[in-house]
Amino acid sequence: MSELLTLSGVETHIGRYHILHGVEFGVPEGQTTMLLGRNGAGKTTTLRTIMGLWRASSGEIRLGGARIETLSTPDIARAGIGYVPETMAVFSDLTVKENLILAAREGEMDQTRLDWIFGFFPPLRKFWLARAGTLSGGQKQMLSFARSLIEPRRLLLIDEPTKGLAPAIIGALIDCLKEVKRRGATILLVEQNFRVAQEIGDTVSVMDNGRVIHSGTMAELAADEAMQQRLLGLSLDTHQ
Amino acid sequence: MSAQDMDVGAALPKTPRDFVPLLLPIALALVALPFIPSTSTRITLTIAGLAMGMMIFVMASGLTLIFGLMDVLNFGHGAFIAVGAYVATLVLIPLAAWMQADSVWLNLAAVVPAVLFAMAVTGALGLAFERVVIMPVYGQHLKQILITMGGMIVAEQILYAFFGPQQIPLPLPASLRGSFQFGEAAIEKYRVVCVVVGLMVYFAMLAILNRTKIGLLIRAGVENTEMVEALGYRITRLFVGVFMAGSALAGLGGVMWALYREQVNASMGSELLVLVFIVVIIGGLGSVTGCFIGALLVALATNYAGFLVPKLALVTDIMLMVVILLWRPRGLYPVTSR
Repeated sequence: MSELLTLSGVETHIGRYHILHGVEFGVPEGQTTMLLGRNGAGKTTTLRTIMGLWRASSGEIRLGGARIETLSTPDIARAGIGYVPETMAVFSDLTVKENLILAAREGEMDQTRLDWIFGFFPPLRKFWLARAGTLSGGQKQMLSFARSLIEPRRLLLIDEPTKGLAPAIIGALIDCLKEVKRRGATILLVEQNFRVAQEIGDTVSVMDNGRVIHSGTMAELAADEAMQQRLLGLSLDTHQ
Repeated sequence: MSAQDMDVGAALPKTPRDFVPLLLPIALALVALPFIPSTSTRITLTIAGLAMGMMIFVMASGLTLIFGLMDVLNFGHGAFIAVGAYVATLVLIPLAAWMQADSVWLNLAAVVPAVLFAMAVTGALGLAFERVVIMPVYGQHLKQILITMGGMIVAEQILYAFFGPQQIPLPLPASLRGSFQFGEAAIEKYRVVCVVVGLMVYFAMLAILNRTKIGLLIRAGVENTEMVEALGYRITRLFVGVFMAGSALAGLGGVMWALYREQVNASMGSELLVLVFIVVIIGGLGSVTGCFIGALLVALATNYAGFLVPKLALVTDIMLMVVILLWRPRGLYPVTSR
């Protein structure tokens, strides 16, 4: 399967800190790639570098074959990448509706698509006119997800969506991701919860100290407890 | 587990509507007015305060948006106030005959183009200022303070060089002279005009911010510029547009102030800048409504204090800011999380 996104030798510096050291991996089209690794491994920096929020100091990032590492963040977004940051970053002074109006960049929101999103996240319909700042953490995450789904994107970058959320909400997010995946979306997902990663991921890249130290299939990693222990310092038995 | 099973659909707590700051100008008037002896003086002082507040609001509204959206401490904002006043004066000098004519239409034919031209010039200067002076120092507050303060001084000295240190008279148009008489209370016509213009600017800004996509982008950008960009919007274009609009509003405020004082001088921008910053800080960075309330509070307090305890009037605005910040350290209606 061809790769929609490829990173080759990507280096990122933040101030005087050298964070990414030649990151290399690909995201196959139509699949979900999990980006795993310990805290501080460089996963969030990788997503932010892909989005152009931090500049790659060298290396290549290609989307559908076209280089994007020199583009501005808005141009990268317009190339078809949706981004769900770790912080959710909903606009708290705006209502749920207004948040989604902004996300529907090309114009009016598609009612069918909106109803499809409401099917996963009913609270968004209920609190349509409530200010996003008044939503709970889980509801904000739903809104952040909805913002990236309100228009079809070529690639979704999602950063630790389940962090700090109640199991019921995690369940809804997983349902949503599975459906998005079934519709053929390509997803690059940073996740600390290995069970979630195992449930959703097709392929996986593992990072450590700003480098990709393993790339392969999720099934392969899930089946090999020794590899999990070696790469991630965990095993399924201990990481419930 | 499906989303329907989640216990997250419970009703949100009602968003508390914060009306307290809106009531402050009324509370201030209720406290001060009993000490003022006559009804006519009460009315005159209050209208004068409202008019002054509206003028300050017009000058400060652009700065609060620039502050909130762009995170820029623009100490050069005062330059646009002064330049606006001077540009209008240059337009109005050759139209002096129309200004002094008894016809309202001739007066308008002189004033309206002068105001529009002043706004156009200050807006264009704002564009140049943002591209040349501000752009290299985005995100660097100390450098912003130094370079914009420098810009303010340079602009002021250029005005001195071209127009000299003397005050240049700028008489009101004939139809705006005099007062409306309500019983024993005399209300200057021009002050009423200032109140109307200030309210128009305020409601126009609210309409743009709340009912247009540009407004949504500005409000979102005040909170999180990075995420606005990640949604595909070129925030730098918005920055430029807001900076130009803010500069043009400063120009409008400068013209209003100059007509109110019936004179212009090169240092008027730097003199008003302190007041404008106080209002923006009282209101809360990035908040148009906060700025509106802050301007009214400062102006009413200054007018009432000027009548009741004249010596206190010199420090009223600072005292008001101290009290407000002790109560709400981030201002009346803080918007930005910066």
